[in-house]
Amino acid sequence: MKIKQLSALYDSKSWLMLTAFVGVICVLFPICNMLVPADSFFHISDYTVALSGKILCYAIVALAIDLVWGYTGILSLGHGLFFALGGYAFGMYLMRQIGHDGSYHSSLPDFMVFLDWKAYPWYWEFTDHFWYAILLVLVVPALLAFIFGYFAFRSRIKGVYFSIITQAMTYAFMLLFFRNETGFGGNNGFTDFKRVLGVAIATPNMRLILFMMTGVTLIALLLLSKAIVSSKFGKVLTAIRDAESRVMFSGYNPLHYKLAIWTFSAMLCAIAGALYVPQVGIINPSEMSPSNSIEIAIWAAVGGRGTLIGPLVGAAFVNGIKSYFTEAFPEYWLYFLGLLFILSTLYLPTGVLGLIDRIKEKRLSKNKELESL
Amino acid sequence: MMAKDSNQLRRTSGSIYQRGIVDTSHGVVLYMEDITVSFDGFRALNNLSLSIDVGELRCVIGPNGAGKTTLQDVITGKTRPDSGTVFFGQTIDCSKLTEPEIAQVGIGRKFQKPTVFENHSVLENLELALKTDKSIWHSLFRKITSSERDRIEQTLETINLKNLCHSRAGLLSHGQKQWLEIGMLLVQEPKLLLLDEPVAGMTDQETEKTAELFNSLAGKHSLLVVEHDMDFVSSIAKKVTVLHQGSVLAEGTMNEVQNDERVIEVYLGR
Repeated sequence: MKIKQLSALYDSKSWLMLTAFVGVICVLFPICNMLVPADSFFHISDYTVALSGKILCYAIVALAIDLVWGYTGILSLGHGLFFALGGYAFGMYLMRQIGHDGSYHSSLPDFMVFLDWKAYPWYWEFTDHFWYAILLVLVVPALLAFIFGYFAFRSRIKGVYFSIITQAMTYAFMLLFFRNETGFGGNNGFTDFKRVLGVAIATPNMRLILFMMTGVTLIALLLLSKAIVSSKFGKVLTAIRDAESRVMFSGYNPLHYKLAIWTFSAMLCAIAGALYVPQVGIINPSEMSPSNSIEIAIWAAVGGRGTLIGPLVGAAFVNGIKSYFTEAFPEYWLYFLGLLFILSTLYLPTGVLGLIDRIKEKRLSKNKELESL
Repeated sequence: MMAKDSNQLRRTSGSIYQRGIVDTSHGVVLYMEDITVSFDGFRALNNLSLSIDVGELRCVIGPNGAGKTTLQDVITGKTRPDSGTVFFGQTIDCSKLTEPEIAQVGIGRKFQKPTVFENHSVLENLELALKTDKSIWHSLFRKITSSERDRIEQTLETINLKNLCHSRAGLLSHGQKQWLEIGMLLVQEPKLLLLDEPVAGMTDQETEKTAELFNSLAGKHSLLVVEHDMDFVSSIAKKVTVLHQGSVLAEGTMNEVQNDERVIEVYLGR
């Protein structure tokens, strides 16, 4: 029964594509990276693995924003905060794993030694346990989102006002984390990680494992999200987006529904952040900068909102271009990003995925015309 | 004395708020007393009192700005009155409930502008409106039962949208959207239906059918219909309430109301 329900989520073609995607992540990438000789055309460099791993993390964030923006109509411009908090929560564990190998050979992280702190502050308690860190990742950003969402949605703050408040929230947290006294390494954040679960972190093997873990997590979360939006719960979300008052007068409390999806979305971001930090080896407050969160929204807009797959495509597309652009013409990247956003809102309101759909439809109607002739 | 005591006892026991249970044992489904609502000094409703009996079909008419829509806003919890009380049945104080709670205890509302879920199919619209547990948990895991499916099918026939049940609601014509919204109210199984200009944008034939439908609903449900179309009102109404400047100006049969001096003055006098 369960399997039958699961298979109903996608048609067989989409399932095939998903399976192919899993294959690429779990088989093709590792083989091409490890076994294919470095001078071969099919070799995938360590750099590509690292970049792809990063993009997979971003794809999870894009999925998260699609649930709240694409399906529920809540535009968050502060999702970077939940991503960064997830990263920080797992980063605490990674800092503890450094042990005595820091520059000062102290049991405290370098930045605490530098501040002349003698012991860990209370909120660093237990962070040396892996599972406790995972718990923090899952609970802390979600809790913040819940509290913030409760007050915002209860006051019926909507539309652009809500977006602005989320920007302010992530900005406020950025300033907080920039302070050395906050106890999260100030503007340097966390870096110089040595190992995770006692295993060295900066090895090609570990990079590959993290990459595969991120890919599998992305697919699991994609399936979960698909199940959510296909359920009646998901239909209520879309109904809230389209006609909230009718939802209310049909007896649903939009507050509960918005809060649930908002918190879930924040949790996805946090998971993405926790997977991101060990792969890039650094987390600092700039991840909370307002522009980062805006970029997340652009991924979804470019890829196609309300489709789940679209924002993933958007995240990969925009970040792919970004990594090329910031190398080739670094000073023009932001202009290009802005242009991309304007063009996609003007000419591709349904994103890249919508464009593909439109082309398909056109072809179909053309075929029909030909048949009728 | 004895009688009074037992009466009092009943009143106190009756006033214990029982969630979701509407007590209409005295024959009144909605009771509003001395309702006043002001917006920036403008009195949209002014000491308005109104009561609707179980199974009654009441029409509310009045010139623009008389407070017809505000009246519905107050009943459904969208607007809180500055003073006065709204009771649904004997025990449910609407001013203490939120909009979804009021909908759940049994007041359905159709808006002036047809409001349906445009990106959902007709079927899904009805499924969403269906009377059932509206909690998150239920929405995530419970599937629709066969008796609920029958209920929807029945309603689809009533509102004449059976052959369009899989098309997107946004593609329906204005009149069809009105019918869909009425259908959504029906599957909600409310005790009291508030209908704001239900036949606006409908053809004569559709209007006629709507009148038929409303007449068949009266008795089982109580209806409060706000309408401008006088022909429609006279075809369905047994009792008409005329609102003017936020208060009840006249109440009675269509005939009585039409011959009321003050009503004539308000409608034709200027």
